[in-house]
Amino acid sequence: MMLTLSHYLILAAVLFSISIAGIVINRKNIIILLMSIELMLLSVNLNFIAFSHYLDDLAGQVFVFFILTVAAAEAAIGLAILVVLFRNKRSINVEDIKELKW
Amino acid sequence: MRAIGEPAMIETVIFYVFAVLTVVSATSVVTVRNPVHAALFLVLTFFTSAAIWMLLEAEFLAISLVLVYVGAVMVLFIFVVMMLDINIARLREGFVRYLPLGLLVAGIMLAMMLSIVTSDTFVLEAGSEPTPKPADFSNTKALGGLLYTHYVFAFEIAAVILLVAIIAAISLTMRKRARTKYQNPSSQIQVRKADRLRIVKMPASEDRR
Repeated sequence: MMLTLSHYLILAAVLFSISIAGIVINRKNIIILLMSIELMLLSVNLNFIAFSHYLDDLAGQVFVFFILTVAAAEAAIGLAILVVLFRNKRSINVEDIKELKW
Repeated sequence: MRAIGEPAMIETVIFYVFAVLTVVSATSVVTVRNPVHAALFLVLTFFTSAAIWMLLEAEFLAISLVLVYVGAVMVLFIFVVMMLDINIARLREGFVRYLPLGLLVAGIMLAMMLSIVTSDTFVLEAGSEPTPKPADFSNTKALGGLLYTHYVFAFEIAAVILLVAIIAAISLTMRKRARTKYQNPSSQIQVRKADRLRIVKMPASEDRR
């Protein structure tokens, strides 16, 4: 049995769904929310690399490179915001952050 | 003589082992109680994904996933999780309540994506599988050749994004304590010679000599 493109696409779809479920389930915990976003980006990257391999085009891998860059920047800034938030409110619960809620 | 199907068989076994590991650890990330355990499971997910990327002949990206994600981003995550004193019990509120909704949303999403992914659009015709690259093919070199020619502008923008991220992260988390001693570069630059240096005129006499 040969590995096909569908194998990788299905795996990526499963990963993406798990992370969506994680965002809905853990909606109180910002840290797990950030981790779920990282998981989503990972599954998208898997799609890009699978297509890049099966269509024999390196452009997909270049894209993954840039996604990794942006994801690293996003994680760094997100965690910095989290630290400032915890310093001010002593909590990372989403329920406690509602100053901007009308 | 080796059987024709043998290398493909090994690849399939490797793929399934790592795919199952990836899915199990990803599920653990979103369900375990302790955020530190979740972060460690995310590390495992990245490792197994790197193995799958290796299977797809994306060697440079697999290595950089381990180096950048496991080595930098996840260490940062674990550092922050351990530094914050979190009340886990309060954060777990509503876990059971939102579980059916989460499973429903994820199930619908998965069904939609699977129906698209397994449709004829994304199934390549037989015989169009890529031939494995020769052993002396350098994925890093090919990627670099593309990155520094076609995508050099995007590459520079990525560098600027990283710079912005550094500045943003530092400026967000830096706080000034009252007792901290620091330099004021502006006043340092604006200093004039007259502020620091006093020239004293003294009578020069020949007796001294």
